[in-house]
Amino acid sequence: MTEQKQFCTFYINKHMFGVKVEQVQEVFRYQEMTTVPLAPPEVRGLINLRGQIITAIDLRLRLGMEPGPEDKLPMNVVVRTKDGVVSLLVDEIGDVLEVADDVYERPPETIPQEVRNLVLGVYKLEGKLLLILDSEKAVNVSTDTIAT
Amino acid sequence: MNDSNKEEPVAPDLDQEGDGSDQDDGMGEIVNEFLVESYENLDQLDQDLVDLEQNPGDTNILSSIFRTIHTIKGTCGFIGFSKLESVAHIGENLLGKLRDGELKLDPARTSALLAMLDAIRQILSCIENDNNEGSVDYSGLVETLTRLQTDDGESEAPPAPVKAEVKEEATPAPAPEAEKVEEPVVATEEEPITPSAEIDEDMEPIVNEFLVESYENLDRLDKDLIELEQEPGNTEILSSIFRTIHTIKGTCGFIGLHKLERVAHVGENLLGKLRDGELSLNPPRTSALLAMVDAIRYMLGCIEKDRNEGEVDYSQLVDNLGKLLTDEGCAELEGSPPESVPEPAEEKKEEKKFVAAEDKKDRRTAPNKEEAEHVAKHGDKRATDDRRKEGRGVADSSIRVDVDILDRLMNLVGELVLARNQILQYAPAKSDSSFIATSQHLNLVTTELQEGVMKTRMQPIGNIWSKFPRVVRDLSMAVGKKIRLEMEGKDTELDKTLIEAIKDPLTHIVRNSCDHGIETPEKRLANGKDEEGVLLLRAFHEGGQVNIEIIDDGGGIDPEKIKSIALSKSVITQEQADRMGDRELVNLIFAAGFSTAEKVTNVSGRGVGMDVVRTNIEKIGGSVDIQSAPGKGTTLRVKIPLTLAIIPALIITTAEERYAIPQVNLLELVRLDGDQVKKSIELIQGAPVYRLRGNLLPLISLNDELKVAKKEESDAVNIVVLHADDRQFGMVVEGISDTEEIVVKPLSKQLKGIPAFSGATIMGDGKLALILDVMGLAQKAQVISEHQEKSISKGSESQGVANDRETLLIFGLEADDRMAIPLSEVARLEEFKRSDVEQSGDQDVVQYRGEIMPLVYLKNALNGGSSKEESEKELMQAVVFTRNGRSVGLVVERIIDIVEETISVKRGANRPGVLGTIVVQDRVTDLLDIENVVQSADPSFLIDTTSVALVEEA
Repeated sequence: MTEQKQFCTFYINKHMFGVKVEQVQEVFRYQEMTTVPLAPPEVRGLINLRGQIITAIDLRLRLGMEPGPEDKLPMNVVVRTKDGVVSLLVDEIGDVLEVADDVYERPPETIPQEVRNLVLGVYKLEGKLLLILDSEKAVNVSTDTIAT
Repeated sequence: MNDSNKEEPVAPDLDQEGDGSDQDDGMGEIVNEFLVESYENLDQLDQDLVDLEQNPGDTNILSSIFRTIHTIKGTCGFIGFSKLESVAHIGENLLGKLRDGELKLDPARTSALLAMLDAIRQILSCIENDNNEGSVDYSGLVETLTRLQTDDGESEAPPAPVKAEVKEEATPAPAPEAEKVEEPVVATEEEPITPSAEIDEDMEPIVNEFLVESYENLDRLDKDLIELEQEPGNTEILSSIFRTIHTIKGTCGFIGLHKLERVAHVGENLLGKLRDGELSLNPPRTSALLAMVDAIRYMLGCIEKDRNEGEVDYSQLVDNLGKLLTDEGCAELEGSPPESVPEPAEEKKEEKKFVAAEDKKDRRTAPNKEEAEHVAKHGDKRATDDRRKEGRGVADSSIRVDVDILDRLMNLVGELVLARNQILQYAPAKSDSSFIATSQHLNLVTTELQEGVMKTRMQPIGNIWSKFPRVVRDLSMAVGKKIRLEMEGKDTELDKTLIEAIKDPLTHIVRNSCDHGIETPEKRLANGKDEEGVLLLRAFHEGGQVNIEIIDDGGGIDPEKIKSIALSKSVITQEQADRMGDRELVNLIFAAGFSTAEKVTNVSGRGVGMDVVRTNIEKIGGSVDIQSAPGKGTTLRVKIPLTLAIIPALIITTAEERYAIPQVNLLELVRLDGDQVKKSIELIQGAPVYRLRGNLLPLISLNDELKVAKKEESDAVNIVVLHADDRQFGMVVEGISDTEEIVVKPLSKQLKGIPAFSGATIMGDGKLALILDVMGLAQKAQVISEHQEKSISKGSESQGVANDRETLLIFGLEADDRMAIPLSEVARLEEFKRSDVEQSGDQDVVQYRGEIMPLVYLKNALNGGSSKEESEKELMQAVVFTRNGRSVGLVVERIIDIVEETISVKRGANRPGVLGTIVVQDRVTDLLDIENVVQSADPSFLIDTTSVALVEEA
């Protein structure tokens, strides 16, 4: 039961989130983006990652939170999804954590809908909670915006 | 298929006695090769058979078909596909009789043969998927084919010989049966042969193909034979050799190359015995076989050069090979060393002649005799080398390359183009001249490389068209119609990926045209058309795009019918339907869930077709449009880009971001400075238009469309004139930078839904730019709705008062009146200075575009007054009306507006020159009868100028 899993963690609005390590391609600092007019607001722009064009999604907006402070530049967490490689913009990068299954729980009903939609579950770590992000859903912006 | 297959002798497993069981792995490669070959051949066959039905007497086509089937049969037999072999065999027999003129091709036989092809195809796909021939029973087909081999099954005797006699002239006389061959496979192959070995010119392509194949095979043979000598017991190698020689023999026999056939035949006999273990390989036999390979190669060289087999006599080689069939004969020959095998001597004789000729040539150029002697001495070898070189001409001119490699190359070239663009941007900033020179060189080479790699991927569209004759034939039979398929521009090339992508949509369109477009013969006759419908496929390059048109002369599409069906299927609402014009209605067939077939046939009409067609074509950056004239036919026009990967584009800036506009959508650039802006951009009900050489060009603002704030305040306005879907419109952008080759990268799923963009690209500085989807933008801004006429200057025919929406030009003649004419009648709107007006007799005229254009003062013309203008305004507004190349200017007081309205005449005409009265924008407006006015002002105007010219001549 106590299987160990590794998560790449990052912070959004002081909350700690995690994505399975295997899904993360790379992490890098803020890079200039090309904005895409008419795009959903969560799509902050396009990034040229060594000749590959990837879309950057602002997780703050995606989770229904306030936009980040202007002076603080977000970081990129590049994840591989079935829809291709996408960059998630987060406030700060955390450590890679190894957590055990026995502290896992389904997300509570009371957390805001936008967050609950994108969170697979919660690991109750000492002194803090690790929210596991459903990266497939998180990058699924176009269909989501139509649905809501 | 990779070349490497040819290098390795592959292991044919001879224990496979054709029971349709699974193939073992050793055969894998041969089987794969066979599959690829056969599929190619089958496509060709489909077309050939349909061609043949049209020209039943064409022996060339028949022979080509026969040969293909024979090849398939032969290979099957060898690999052990007995079911396939039996089907092919029976088909071959029938074809043989047809070819020899014993039987005539009729629809039943054609259908049976086509059914045979389908059966073969089915078996092949079973082999491909499951490695066995499948469990379908083809005995019924075999029976049918057998029955068809007799003339109607019974009256075989009397007509057949007569036909054979008639045919005798067309087909070469049957070969003397001198060579009765042991193998049954060969027996069926006995060919009618021309006594001379000269090759028929029509056979040319076949012969060339044969040469290429054979050279490839011979190279392998040499290697195989040497290997075989090392390990004489290796039956795999032996079988491979046997197969090669057998193929060569078979084809020779067919083409009529007897000498070659005989040599190959005896060689084959020997090889057969070796393979079956009756004989063992020893040096004399190896030498003889090698000599045979040489002889074959020599003859092939002769065929390639002179189109005949050469004069050399190989009877001794044949004798030797015959003797070697028994151990005694072998012993007899073993005494003499391998060199004395007479054949090479024979060949040398021939070569000497060759060398002598060489010598003469050489002597002329050689400075001294010594060298000439040297040449003479080594001439032998040299000549052989030379001959080899010449001989390889055909074989070396093409190789097969894996498409994946080409795709990778294309991607790499794409990256290289990007890198090149980046370097070119830095280059001007450097003062190092050698760097600049190098970067220029890089630029050139990259461009050439890009072109070259693109070319490797280009394929003629004929490749996919080749199956349409069959499709059309089958369909027309199935639905009882007569349809003739015509093709134009088969050689039009486009990217292989695009070819693949349009294959299915095109097939669907063709099927649709046959099923829905072209009417039944009875209906056609009733409508006064030729019984046979014509379906024309046309492809051509235009503006960096490939246009493919599918034109039928069928019943056309009735917009009303489309409307009612669309309504009944709730594809559109009544409200939408009322607003739609004919063109839009016809294009509804591309809407999802739409099918016009009154009943669903097995051919089409399941209502999933045309929308998929459009989606697939749009997916590759193409567009499809339909035009239909009820009763006359329908034209479907598919436009697709030549290639997808790299396109030329114009880079523009707006709100500090760069965007790329594909060059294919670009018409021209207009820059307006200062005063011009206010003067030439006018507002019609808030919608800006620009007068581009007198035509009204609707304008959209990119900033508005993209909902981005304007960053630059400048007096100047840049208008990019674009066209999408045959309509023109102008797009106002902030800045225009340059044209560039861009590498198109797709947008991620999150952004796919935005109609304004079709992709993104990386610019020279490493930053990104979005590629604008002009079509999407235009649709979004609604500048290309129905009534934006393609080009106002093209005066269309008068439509009179139709109960339809039309674009009207509203103008006034007095202070507060309104008149209208359909905009389609208007060629241009012009302003003339009063001082420009001159007199010609009683008529006021102006010089206009190198012509003298009469002016009609509309107010006076309508009131029946004099033709003189009384107003004293300095500038006159004129509506130019053109017919038959002649123009007349209608002088009006003021131009008010251009509106789109449904014209329904509210009240009939009450005075000449007026068609009626309508309500436009809540104002009563008179509809001008332009022809009437022009006619009364200048009676000669509407008469065709040509007839006027004739009258003058008389």
